[in-house]
Amino acid sequence: MDFEPSDDQRLLIESVSRMLADNYSFAQRKTYIATPEGWSTAMWSQLAELGLLGLPFPEQYGGYGGGPQETMLVMQAFGRVLVVEPYFPTVILGGAAIMAAGTDAQKQAILPAIAEGSLKMAFAHSERQARYDLNDVVTTAKKDGDAWILDGSKTVVAHGDSADKLIVSARTSGERYDTDGITLFLVDTNAQGVARRGYITRDESRAADISLSNVRVTEVLGTPGKGLAIVEKIVEAGIAATAAETVGAMEAMNEMTLEYSKTRVQFGNPIGTYQVVQHRMADMFMTAEQGRSMAMLATMSLENDDPAERAHDMAMAKVGVGQAGRYVSQSAVQMHGGIGMTEEYAVGHYFRRCMVIERLFGDPAYYLQRLADEVA
Amino acid sequence: MDLRFTPEEIAFREEVRTFIRESLPADIHARMKLGHSPSKEDIVRWQRILNAKGWAGLSWPKEWGGTGWTAIQKMIFLEENQMAPAPELSSFNITMIGPVLIQFGTEAQKKRFLPRAANIDDWWCQGFSEPGAGSDLASLKTAAKLEGDHYVVNGQKIWTSTAHMADWCFLLVRTNPNARKRQEGISFILVDMKTPGITVRPILSIDGAHHLNEVFFDDVKVPTENLVHQENKGWDVAKFLLGNERTGIARLGKSKERVNASIDMAHHVNANGRPLINDPVFRQRVAQLQVDMKALEITQYRVVSAHDKAGGDRPDPLSSVLKVKGTELLQATTELAIDVAGPMATPIWAQELAAMNEPDDMLEASSASVGSYLFLRAASIYGGTNEIQKNILTKAVLGL
Repeated sequence: MDFEPSDDQRLLIESVSRMLADNYSFAQRKTYIATPEGWSTAMWSQLAELGLLGLPFPEQYGGYGGGPQETMLVMQAFGRVLVVEPYFPTVILGGAAIMAAGTDAQKQAILPAIAEGSLKMAFAHSERQARYDLNDVVTTAKKDGDAWILDGSKTVVAHGDSADKLIVSARTSGERYDTDGITLFLVDTNAQGVARRGYITRDESRAADISLSNVRVTEVLGTPGKGLAIVEKIVEAGIAATAAETVGAMEAMNEMTLEYSKTRVQFGNPIGTYQVVQHRMADMFMTAEQGRSMAMLATMSLENDDPAERAHDMAMAKVGVGQAGRYVSQSAVQMHGGIGMTEEYAVGHYFRRCMVIERLFGDPAYYLQRLADEVA
Repeated sequence: MDLRFTPEEIAFREEVRTFIRESLPADIHARMKLGHSPSKEDIVRWQRILNAKGWAGLSWPKEWGGTGWTAIQKMIFLEENQMAPAPELSSFNITMIGPVLIQFGTEAQKKRFLPRAANIDDWWCQGFSEPGAGSDLASLKTAAKLEGDHYVVNGQKIWTSTAHMADWCFLLVRTNPNARKRQEGISFILVDMKTPGITVRPILSIDGAHHLNEVFFDDVKVPTENLVHQENKGWDVAKFLLGNERTGIARLGKSKERVNASIDMAHHVNANGRPLINDPVFRQRVAQLQVDMKALEITQYRVVSAHDKAGGDRPDPLSSVLKVKGTELLQATTELAIDVAGPMATPIWAQELAAMNEPDDMLEASSASVGSYLFLRAASIYGGTNEIQKNILTKAVLGL
């Protein structure tokens, strides 16, 4: 174990932080959210120029060969300023899908395009009835010659409204809940029969409901019927990345709260001089550090080849980081008092991002139950 | 940055586990597995075995018989030793006075005391707290007056764990009552417990056992060669010592051992007509503790390896996180064990168990579980209360 960032990693953090410091003030972010896409195309180009869009991809596919730790550091930096660009669905989820299951031709076609900023992806997996159960897929795909015909609907697909290409899960055999029989498809969003309804989510990000009626697709990702294992890998990459993002958000909230406690005067003194406030902030700090440790657990287990151990650690991280994010964000609003309740002040925006991340791919209660099932 | 254990660290864990399995005396292991605390003899026997192996001077440099281990290796050893379960190294000897002498002691002091501390030929105790100086340690009053080649000590210490077994005591005394700041008038001295004028009185704690004492000093003569560091610089030594104490204080392996013991016990007791192990609320409680223990485990590795890299001579304020979270877990996991024991946690079974023809491990473990639950209410009080740790964090991390 070695927790010190390497020189390269330090440079990466510095360049990302500098770029965000110049471009991602809370006021600047507001202008990005106000665009029709809900994010900044200029920022997207900047992310491409900095090499961040290809960070986790192998160099032969136009990437920078970064590992889970580099992604963790970048996502932490993104969490500190609440980046709204579709990095997560495109680079993290889309990238994980292609790297885990793509053929060489698929990797050649997709990864360099993501890295240069010309292709945006979304992971169209969740369905209304499924809640958090990854194997609950009822969208169907029926074989038709060389092609497949997709029918069904997907919900809360992160940045599904602006994506160029979707990774769609569908059932090619078996019944609802069967772990076998799920297949992943690569679907162009302008394909006939794909209808998207985009909306704003509570964290000011974008998502879409997507209906697939009679959509003819030819491109399968991975082995037909064996898609669930790929879905799990995609989700694990997502859990690790959003865990790191939560850590960044917690850092930012703790800094904001500390700053506020020095300036807000009540009863003649800054509220930070009162022990009851100090101890709450000490608790927030300790909780954030414990959450950081769990985000590291998720990051390190991405490199574990044992699927059962990986799933166990991911469940632990999901519980730990989710609970930490909830405690820190609730406390941050509480310590700010009335101003923390307002839309104009930043802390509530962090609060809502944590709330959204917490229920992405399963909340702490869901994963705690899984861990409870394993107790023996 | 590499967040995984290296192959060497994995092999090291295996080596430690194997050595403990093969070398821990069976009678000690059996008693501890039932949840009993080790006796003084148990602790001494095991520490001598570890010392013979070269594993007692945990964080000491090699030249003083230390292990030369990395911070990560130390934590792996502590965890394996606690989980075995085996008696823990004397913290007074190994994590307190040893590192203090290595950092601040004279050559003569090192030569005289370190080998004996490693082999527990001397049993040390810590004379810090006083009736009027608990959390506010710097207000201590026990006075040491320089008279020729010795100090004359007068005053009283309290909560002195194992003073009744101790050969030596490291003591904080006031050598300058007129110092500008209270912290500047304190010295750190070493006292032979056989010196005339020392009286030790037991304080029974709520677990019914005798760990704690009051220690009275009545014109006790301490040679000046037993002063550590400089006169009136004892507060620096105390801060160094407390910072070291905090990194080991989480005792995560002990919490893990208590959870594992609770799971074992839960197979053998029923609740609502089914084995407790199948109770969903019990299982969720265990799962939550496992999550919290995992988080602390990684935080601990982070803190100790950063501490190591920084040179390790200044307490890391993050060690306060380990203290607070670690002791919360010690309390929560020992609480879990007595909740599994249920009504069988209430009787004091020692005599009944001794009179039985056949040993009843379940009953014995149920009864024994209460001892650590009761005693570890002290965990959030000793080593600087958890509230004091939050004050430390407020100052050192938040900068308020």
